[in-house]
Amino acid sequence: MSLSRSQKNSLFKFSCQAVTAISLLVLVVLLYHIMKEGFAYLNFDFLNHFPSRRPSRAGIKSALFGSLWIMGLTAMIAIPVGVCTALFLEEYTNRKNKWVKLVELNISNLAGVPSIVYGLLGLTVFVRFLGMDRSLIAGALTLSLLILPVIVVTTQGALRAVPDAIRYGAYALGARRYHVVFGQVLPAAIPGIMTGVILSMSRAIGESAPLIMVGALSFVAFTPESITDPFTVLPVQIYNWVGRPQEAFHGLAAAGIIVLLAVLFTFNIIAVFIREKFQRYKND
Amino acid sequence: MTELKDKDQQAIIQLKDLSIFYGDNQAVNKINLDFYKNKVTAIIGPSGCGKSTVLRSINRMNDFIDILHTKGEVVYENQNILDKNLDPTRLRRDIGMVFQRPNPFPKSIYNNIIWGPKINGFLKNPDELVEKSLRRAALWDEVKDRLHDSALGLSGGQQQRLCIARTVAMNPSVILMDEPCSALDPKATIRIENLIDELKDDYTILIVTHNMQQAARVSDYTAFLYEGELVEFGETDGLFTNPVEKQTEDYITGRFG
Ligand SMILES: Nc1ncnc2c1ncn2[C@@H]1O[C@H](COP(=O)(O)OP(=O)(O)O)[C@@H](O)[C@H]1O
Ligand SMILES: [Mg+2]
Repeated sequence: MSLSRSQKNSLFKFSCQAVTAISLLVLVVLLYHIMKEGFAYLNFDFLNHFPSRRPSRAGIKSALFGSLWIMGLTAMIAIPVGVCTALFLEEYTNRKNKWVKLVELNISNLAGVPSIVYGLLGLTVFVRFLGMDRSLIAGALTLSLLILPVIVVTTQGALRAVPDAIRYGAYALGARRYHVVFGQVLPAAIPGIMTGVILSMSRAIGESAPLIMVGALSFVAFTPESITDPFTVLPVQIYNWVGRPQEAFHGLAAAGIIVLLAVLFTFNIIAVFIREKFQRYKND
Repeated sequence: MTELKDKDQQAIIQLKDLSIFYGDNQAVNKINLDFYKNKVTAIIGPSGCGKSTVLRSINRMNDFIDILHTKGEVVYENQNILDKNLDPTRLRRDIGMVFQRPNPFPKSIYNNIIWGPKINGFLKNPDELVEKSLRRAALWDEVKDRLHDSALGLSGGQQQRLCIARTVAMNPSVILMDEPCSALDPKATIRIENLIDELKDDYTILIVTHNMQQAARVSDYTAFLYEGELVEFGETDGLFTNPVEKQTEDYITGRFG
């Protein structure tokens, strides 16, 4: 049986819609399940209590604060370093240079390295060699390494998407490279950079393996006060609860997942807001 | 070459034995040419004859092409501006450029105008400068109510006038224009041509065009380039009505190009 072009077209369209619907359905089922199980446990006490052996008194406060600290620190380290690296590679080096090419190739490869390997690296370098112990800063540095490649690569893409005509227009007004890069190219690339930031931070917030590696604890009864304090994070706490035999802890784990999703969502909203603010001057 | 009627014209820019190479490929061959102060000089010639290459050498935009090198001199204010020790950013404040395709910055109309003066550290009265520059570029009336909207929302012709306005805001003495109307519709083209006529009171204008009617309409002097060589230079009226060289005649009567 042969199909006409328009039949093929609608068949293709239908398949795409079906696939989209299936993934959405899976998501909805998953969310429903979590909501159903966790909603009963979700209240202010849950947010404001430390973990406990008794489910009725257990809360997520230390993990929530730990995650917020880790996210904040990671963003503060990885975004500037990643963006500056990309700026340097794109705007200050000659793209045809073979060393630059080698560096770029390696950065893209790093993006595919499993997170546990970064955990191992963090344990060796930050925790042991630099003597940071099981601290927030060791965790944040490890996660920064993990997400740096993605930030660098997406930022490079965003910088490359800024037309050269903008650069030349700026130079023709007597601008120096510094002004061109920081006054024109970088602002024009921010929407694209934010996309990379959203992607990578979303990855970082859900990571547990590398943080367990560098010593995130599963039972922390205090909130961290400084970057040298020990910590735990939401995924580690959730994992810990899931592993307990009592039914009630599974409900707590589901509630923890809801909190994790809420944090992720809030973070993305902020990033999208920044992106839109800069997008205003793009196509119109 | 035609004898110039007014010999007392003051040359603001002089090309002396200017040759330009892309690698081994010579694009411009020993051009000698004077551009006169407060006049419009058109550079015409078929596509690929080296017009843009010559123009870009005058504000050192050729620096951005790795394989390019230059011989000879471009003299401006008693200096050879091709001198490697000369700071091209200073030069570009004085010699502005309008590009073939409008290239407004992805910022507001207002910020497009003030960006150049701001980074060069002489921005005093931004509101006044914005109004003055936009009026000068015959754009004020169309945009005065939306100065803080994105410049990318303007039409092509408006964008090009904005690019002229932002160049004017630098208060340059020379404005280089590389086929400024080639991406515009006829109506927008006429507006730019009228504008060029008004601007020459204050600025020296060098305009590259492959549109001969345009050269005839807007310029006082015309230089005809062919395959990297200067074939003929003279007052526009004379060159178009009474060309000396056979090649010029063939070109302006449309026999080639
Ligand atoms: N970036 C470049 N690299 C190599 N050759 C170039 C480059 N730009 C222009 N050329 C060559 O130089 C010659 C003159 O080009 P151009 O100045 O752009 O001509 P026009 O502006 O008169 O059309 C052409 O033969 C063109 O192929
Ligand atoms: Mg050209």
